[in-house]
Amino acid sequence: MERLIDEQLGILRDKLLLLGGTTESALRNAMQALTGRDSKLAKKVVKDDKIVNKMELEIDRLCIEIIARYQPAAYDLRFVISVAKITPVLERIADHAANIAEAALVLNNEPQHREFVDLPFMAEVAGEMLSDSLNAFTTEDGELSRQVIKRDKEIDRAYDKVFGELIEMMIEHPALTNGAAHLLFVAKHLERIGDYVKDICELNVYLTEASFIKHSKKK
Amino acid sequence: MGSKINIKNLNFFYGADQALFDISLKIPERQVMAFIGPSGCGKSTFLRVLNRMNDTIPIAKVSGTVKIDGKDIYAPKTDVVALRRKVGMVFQKSNPFPKTIFENVAYGIRINRMHKDKTDLEERVEKALKDSALWDEVKDRLNTSAFGLSGGQQQRLCIARALAVQPEVILMDEPASALDPIATQKIEELVVELKEHYTIAIVTHNMQQAARVSDRTAFFMLGKLIEVNPTERMFTHPDEKLTEDYITGRFG
Repeated sequence: MERLIDEQLGILRDKLLLLGGTTESALRNAMQALTGRDSKLAKKVVKDDKIVNKMELEIDRLCIEIIARYQPAAYDLRFVISVAKITPVLERIADHAANIAEAALVLNNEPQHREFVDLPFMAEVAGEMLSDSLNAFTTEDGELSRQVIKRDKEIDRAYDKVFGELIEMMIEHPALTNGAAHLLFVAKHLERIGDYVKDICELNVYLTEASFIKHSKKK
Repeated sequence: MGSKINIKNLNFFYGADQALFDISLKIPERQVMAFIGPSGCGKSTFLRVLNRMNDTIPIAKVSGTVKIDGKDIYAPKTDVVALRRKVGMVFQKSNPFPKTIFENVAYGIRINRMHKDKTDLEERVEKALKDSALWDEVKDRLNTSAFGLSGGQQQRLCIARALAVQPEVILMDEPASALDPIATQKIEELVVELKEHYTIAIVTHNMQQAARVSDRTAFFMLGKLIEVNPTERMFTHPDEKLTEDYITGRFG
């Protein structure tokens, strides 16, 4: 027999996955706007961030309602807590995507001097990590979550490389400093997204195994 | 913290029907242990084993050991009256005597000849009523009938009556199930206060009540102890799937 809480937990799961999908699109579109010099798309990403904010509030409200009305315990409790903690993380990732789109709007007004160094690589890894983290949430796969956490190092290494290259560019071509600084912001946004995806994966592990791996050496 | 009660391989039978199966469990001193499980799972029977209340049932039979402070309470020479003084009990339905508030609490002190004189008796009654958080509400009407009290007050009077004879363990069998939320909250606050001096075993159908008041929770099903764990663990990630299914309402 289905419990009263099951329907609510199902709605909560759907809303979180919808938010996750929207966040994935925002990141993909922001990078497309940057690399494809598509200001129209960049503006859409910035505008659509409001939709993400609205989704976050809806999920917050539903989590509170479920706790108040159904007093979830055990797995149900861990599920609601995980969703309540993953939601603002996804919202922040979407904020970073909107910031990348804003940088794209600036950069698209400047001449393109060279390829975007390793930024597309960083974005590709961040996108894959985000997608895998949401799959791991859906399938309750602690092992996949742990693998995703390890991939954050790929982004960190790429960030260090991009940072060095952009600083070099600024020194060699002072006229490009403004553009290079914005690219540096983009790199930092992508690096932060990697960190946030790690947070999601740590919450996935809490959901599936009830263990706290955040701030722990045991991952 | 040491164990106040140590149960090993306990089996309990009503005639040919076995109600409890091979229960081994330790109840730590000055803690609250909650017993949860579906109706008929044996949790109330288990509670009544702890002060030999089941002795009144002729067909009841017990095997295994139940030690309180290291002494087997089912040993042949056990003084059952002294045991029940040491292990007090509060029931689901409050059952005050048809006497005054004062006499309800004084009764146990009198029959056990625990008081030196009238003043000592009055002091003991006052202390028991204060310890059960009832004193302020009844101090001006001690000589009126206990039946004039509300349900929640009557239940706290029964707790005062149990405390008056200075027990060490208090057994509570769904003590708040017939009370409104405010009276229930008072009983729960009292349980948490009482554990400073007493070891408490409480049977409850209200899972949130177990979560709020107990240090450890034991889950019974079909006469078997399925799991016992710290309450926080029990309600966030129990070890057993059966426990998980019960506390999340997948069966009941």
